[in-house]
Amino acid sequence: MSSLSATIQNIFNEPGCAKNANKSDAERNKGCTKQVQPGGAAGGCAFDGAKIALQPFTDVAHLVHGPIACEGNSWDNRGAASSGASIWRTGLTTDMNETDIVFGGEKRLYKAIKEIINKYNPSAIFVYQTCVPAMIGDDINAVCKAASQKLGKPVIPVNSPGFVGSKNLGNKLAGEALLEHVIGTHEPDYTTPYDINLIGEYNLSGELWQVKPLLDELGIRILSCISGDGKYREVASSHRARAAMMVCSKAMISVARKMEERYGIPFFEGSFYGIQDSSDSLRQIARLLVERGAPSELIERTEAVIAREEAGAWAAIEPYKPRFAGKRALLITGGVKSWSVVAALQEAGLELVGTSVKKSTKQDKERIKELMGQDAHMIEDMTPREIYKMLKDAKADIMLSGGKSQFVALKAAMPWLDINQERCHAYMGYLGMVKLVEEIDKALFNPMWEQLRRPVPWEEVAKNRQTKVMAQMDAQAAEVAADPETTRRAKKVCFCKEVDLGTLEDAIRSHGLTSVEAVRQHTNAFGGCCKRRIEDILAKMPVSSPPAMLQAAE
Amino acid sequence: MAIVTTPKKACAVNPLKMSQPIGGAFAFMGLRGAMPLLHGSQGCTSFGLTLFVRHFKEAVPLQTTAMSEVATVLGGYENVEQAILNIYNRAKPEIIGICSTGVTETNGDDVDGYIKLIREQHPQLAKFPLVFVSTPDFKDAFQDGWGKTVACMVEVLVESPAGGAERDAARVNVLPGCHLTPGDLDELRTILEDFGLKPSFLPDLAGSLDGHIPDEFTPTTIGGIGVDEVAGMGRSSCTIAIGEQMRWAAEAMQAKTGVPFRLFERLCGLIPNDEFIAFLSDISGRPVPAKYRRQRGQLADAMLDAHFHVGGRKLAIGAEPDLLFDLSSMLHEMGAQVTAAVTTTQSPVLERIGTNEVLIGDLEDLEELARTRNCDLLITHSHGRQAAARLKIPFYRAGFPMFDRIGAGHQLSVGYRGTRDVIFDIANLVIADREENHQPTPDSWRTSRQPLKPSRRSFIASTEESIA
Repeated sequence: MSSLSATIQNIFNEPGCAKNANKSDAERNKGCTKQVQPGGAAGGCAFDGAKIALQPFTDVAHLVHGPIACEGNSWDNRGAASSGASIWRTGLTTDMNETDIVFGGEKRLYKAIKEIINKYNPSAIFVYQTCVPAMIGDDINAVCKAASQKLGKPVIPVNSPGFVGSKNLGNKLAGEALLEHVIGTHEPDYTTPYDINLIGEYNLSGELWQVKPLLDELGIRILSCISGDGKYREVASSHRARAAMMVCSKAMISVARKMEERYGIPFFEGSFYGIQDSSDSLRQIARLLVERGAPSELIERTEAVIAREEAGAWAAIEPYKPRFAGKRALLITGGVKSWSVVAALQEAGLELVGTSVKKSTKQDKERIKELMGQDAHMIEDMTPREIYKMLKDAKADIMLSGGKSQFVALKAAMPWLDINQERCHAYMGYLGMVKLVEEIDKALFNPMWEQLRRPVPWEEVAKNRQTKVMAQMDAQAAEVAADPETTRRAKKVCFCKEVDLGTLEDAIRSHGLTSVEAVRQHTNAFGGCCKRRIEDILAKMPVSSPPAMLQAAE
Repeated sequence: MAIVTTPKKACAVNPLKMSQPIGGAFAFMGLRGAMPLLHGSQGCTSFGLTLFVRHFKEAVPLQTTAMSEVATVLGGYENVEQAILNIYNRAKPEIIGICSTGVTETNGDDVDGYIKLIREQHPQLAKFPLVFVSTPDFKDAFQDGWGKTVACMVEVLVESPAGGAERDAARVNVLPGCHLTPGDLDELRTILEDFGLKPSFLPDLAGSLDGHIPDEFTPTTIGGIGVDEVAGMGRSSCTIAIGEQMRWAAEAMQAKTGVPFRLFERLCGLIPNDEFIAFLSDISGRPVPAKYRRQRGQLADAMLDAHFHVGGRKLAIGAEPDLLFDLSSMLHEMGAQVTAAVTTTQSPVLERIGTNEVLIGDLEDLEELARTRNCDLLITHSHGRQAAARLKIPFYRAGFPMFDRIGAGHQLSVGYRGTRDVIFDIANLVIADREENHQPTPDSWRTSRQPLKPSRRSFIASTEESIA
């Protein structure tokens, strides 16, 4: 068992990572997580990443050891889908309190594990370490080991406290936990020459099921999916697969590479986003399986399925071409998707005005150039303000991006579509790509946009009226300014009854009033609050008999 | 009436509670041009951010000091300094509000001290509004974070009025609890203005998270109460605090400025609103506008129409103390039995809830109680959706977060009108449930009949008590 820092160093030395291989030794030692900037950072922590990578295992209880923030603020927030078990969606946390911080949280953790086993009896428990228990020195490895032995259940420590780095590092730490504690601990009931692993596929919105029927049709068995709709037993016995596909993500590369190293399972990096990509991935799977001893007729059968599916997909996209003519899309996403979706969108007739390449590799960029031409607009980094301006100036008709930037588009009254993990539609495989085109069509042609972009008619009316009123007010103000006495007398005394100082003074003078009650009788100034103010006015006024009474006396 | 208990579990299952720092950050979101900053690791911010975005469906400003492992060991001064400078230079906010987290409270960062040093080191920040609140994750809950933060805002941002300065009789401070939505605040504003009063809301989420579309893109909050207006709150004639959680802030206001306060524990229900409207009429010296006489009549009628459906329902409710007290009392007063009540943190209002026991627990506790006590109405935030599906009983979403429905920011529960809407919504859920799931069959009368249980008698007793 190695220390956390050794594990992280090990991850940074990943030879399977193309980016890493191009670095100098010194650079490599620095690691590949960019130093995040206080006050300018976005994105999750390592714990977040580890949980994202492992939570889609559906028959596992995911227990978060930490104060309430880590699980209380985040549970049940991802749209992975399960075909059976539901324990993975149950929020479990030790909810550490002040006492635990002072005396240590190990006992509480052990008790929590025991409670979960007694109540829910899951296939396994994954225990996630977070910052606070890591700081106070809770040894979750030891607790998990003891719990496994005493309680007879796999209890797996996932050592990924948030402060060690980014979400991406957390993905990798999750992979390490699987390699160290899970993979290879079980034998499958049976094996076939058609067994594969999918690594780094999370079955968001159930999108895996858009592709799985094709694999089923070809007789290819997903021995283990890490981790979408996965089961503990499956991943524990995944070392018997014949081939592996690393899906659309570099996050799990160390899992794929080490499984190749330890168990001789060859892998390729592929994607099921986009029509061409789906076909390529199916071909690769068939090729690898045949190389590992599956009958070669698999390749022909695969080609037949590809031909059928491609024809179906293109035919389904065809009707959208005339509707999309002249429409421009802006694609803000990461890595492989920066080009894998491009082909399908172009085929549907959309013009791509830009694609982000922030997380893309050199090869990704080459592919973009192939697809979009040498002068492809590759966006390295765009601030929300710039995106907003681009959309507001109508340089694009729709933006496709992750959820984080959605309001930038929507608040500019521009169509937007979620193509990242929080989305509620599934876009994988041939079916998924057709679905994506459908969704773009719905977004683009919604009659709502036109209403929202129309200028408000009463703004104009109000503006005209305002100009008139302003002119009048200016004239009045000029008059008033000329006479300071008018201003003095116009001061409101009783705000609720709108009585001004002049009215009160006149009343006092003409009727010779001396008490608050008398003033109230002669004016509107009744109510609670102005008594003191009327008293003030009375005090300031000269005590004199009113002229009317003087006259009468004479 | 109610006994408050804490279960002896080591593992919280399906948490009801959310952490204190994001409650604090939430309060800062009601200030104009604000950037809330959590002093902790990236995840502390990103989880909270995701939660707010899913609830409001709005861009939400929230930053992090991005504490690394090393910074956590050596102390976070540099991270706080850099974060403040970066935000100050890039986002150009009018105020930065800082909340600590579990990480930085465990290592004991003295952020107040840091701020003093930072102001000395960077003269451009000498007068810049910075408010720090200590909100460890491992203590208290969301509403406590909100309450503490508003109290801190009052202490730091409100100016003590100069001696002899005249108060503005029409101006009123409103300190709303975090259980009120932007829609509730707009409703309160309308009511107060109808009495000729000029309210200042602290915080004012209605200005920032009501969904309006700003003219320009801004990385900070797009509205809310301005720092200048907060400074002048000491010249108001009185303060209205809503929810027990706002007592700290109201007392801080009184201590600093002498402005007297009146705390309204609830604003959902007939009697609480009668008191509220009477109070407004009193302080404004104006008769109650005809509009509210009509609305009161409408609420009375809604209660008459709904009591057939709400009366006798066995309610299972999980919410933070003030919301729990507000909604459960309103339904209790409509004849529902508060059969299971679970909350997140201690509060003086809990023992006055119309039930025998209030549990400081989680949604597993609530689900279990609802099942064993045959509850037939569930009220909690969106995380109750799994429990509702298993229990197969009508589910009314209330509180934060509400991420699986839209319009969370405009759900109304205050005033005569808000109460009327809540009653209609809940009664309609019950009606729909009866039509979909409880249609009588030739046998249903003999099999589904249950004898009166002792719990029912005790409910009647407790109702009589509360009436008396």
